[in-house]
Amino acid sequence: MPTNQIVIQTRELTKVFGSFSAVQSLDLMVRSGEIFGLIGTNGAGKSTLIKMLTTLLPPSAGTASVASFDIVEQASSVRAHIGYVPQLLSSDGNLTGYENLLMSARLYLIPRAIRKKKITEALERMDLADAGNRLVGQYSGGMIRRLEIAQAMLHEPAVLFLDEPTIGLDPVARHTVWNHLLDLRKQEGVTILMTTHQMDEAEALCDRIGIMHQGRLTVTGTPKALKDHMGKGATLDDVFAANTGSDSEQSGRINAVKQERESARAHG
Amino acid sequence: MANPTWFTRVSNFLTQIQAVSDTEFRKLRRDPSEVLTRAFQPAIWLLLFGEVMANVRGLATSSSSYLDFLAPGILAQSVLFSAIFFGISIIWERDLGVLHRQMVSPAPRSALVLGKALASGFRGLTQATMVYLLALILGIHLALEPFSILGVVAFIWIGSALFSTFSLIIACLVKTRDRFMGIGQLLTMPIFFASNAIYPIEIMPTWLRALSSANPLTYEVDGLRALMLADGITKYGLATDFAVLFAATSICVVIAARLYPRLTE
Repeated sequence: MPTNQIVIQTRELTKVFGSFSAVQSLDLMVRSGEIFGLIGTNGAGKSTLIKMLTTLLPPSAGTASVASFDIVEQASSVRAHIGYVPQLLSSDGNLTGYENLLMSARLYLIPRAIRKKKITEALERMDLADAGNRLVGQYSGGMIRRLEIAQAMLHEPAVLFLDEPTIGLDPVARHTVWNHLLDLRKQEGVTILMTTHQMDEAEALCDRIGIMHQGRLTVTGTPKALKDHMGKGATLDDVFAANTGSDSEQSGRINAVKQERESARAHG
Repeated sequence: MANPTWFTRVSNFLTQIQAVSDTEFRKLRRDPSEVLTRAFQPAIWLLLFGEVMANVRGLATSSSSYLDFLAPGILAQSVLFSAIFFGISIIWERDLGVLHRQMVSPAPRSALVLGKALASGFRGLTQATMVYLLALILGIHLALEPFSILGVVAFIWIGSALFSTFSLIIACLVKTRDRFMGIGQLLTMPIFFASNAIYPIEIMPTWLRALSSANPLTYEVDGLRALMLADGITKYGLATDFAVLFAATSICVVIAARLYPRLTE
């Protein structure tokens, strides 16, 4: 459950591509043990923000710290303390589940003596014990997502970043992933920063939500507070519409849409 | 882990290299079809090109037959061809998202690059096995002592590492498969023909000779020619050959490690 310790903090974080500002002067604070959800239209800057926080993309301006490390100056320390499940398919379909985890264990320098034990436990926790020696190419979308989460959590990171964790999954698989994420938070106290397009997902999982629009964080708060603020009977959809304006037709450039569809196809 | 010792650091670095190379090795062992079909190319060069060109008078080199001369060149060529398109698979991994998994890990980028480079050596060695089998059938005078074989393995490994890392650099610059294919084709032929792989440097015009002596493939071929053949000779000396390849590989690894993060930006 959330504590007072701040795990993610950004100050005027900005990313500019040419003349396009993907993320503009963004201030965000996430506490330890919190599940924070970023929602927004395609191209609102959610993935760009996550890429900066996971050190994949250098910011153009501003600063940010993750697990008390600066994302630019101490990028390697940040990487050692985070797990990341990208929107794309990050497990290798030509390897078995066990082999995918073995690669992660080696990259994160989990001592050889406990490697096998950790991998077996990770597979069991994600209900993949029976599938460990099967090629990931034969997994269902939900199984792949669970394996990706297992890979991202193997080194017991302080923060887990998830970009659209249930995109392309059927309702049953979605709920299974949700339960696993809630379990991880409960048992390991991991802080989660995730993006989603689905309001029911944001409501089911997130302690707090931030709505992004055109590279800015327009509003943050608990799902309940945001809805109450809108008035009686308001839904998160209403909150979303009120905070993203009516120009969502124009947002979501072709690349963002393409990537999302590819990801959905890969997991579906 | 406040102050890891020198030994721990090296051992950690090696583990992270192994993380990448081992997965490549497992995938190759599971599905060797690509490497095996590629092995037809050296066969065609030796059987069709070699048999005909052996009759061209200008190419007759001292006492040994042209086929003997050609075999190490074709081995080097197969190393070059299988390594130079390595970048495609990296772009493929980036498009899939598999590369992101490695990039968010604390492993130094140089370890990730070296892991890939080392893995391409497995491909080169598979090719070499095919070329050796064919060479035996064709009656090429091979040196089969353990020292020679080990030397060939070392040269194939470093050659594969060099050209695959070079390929990785191109992948980081062009980022898409289509553009890579174009550039890959564009580079392969000049590297191959401006070398001593299929004809001796002595019959080249002066400008091409200069180009050829600046071409790392020339040193790969020179080393292989000395080690692979029963009465093999080297023009530059094995130490020079290896030193050139090692230096070129080191430079490519440093550049590739700097550029690698571009792929997942």
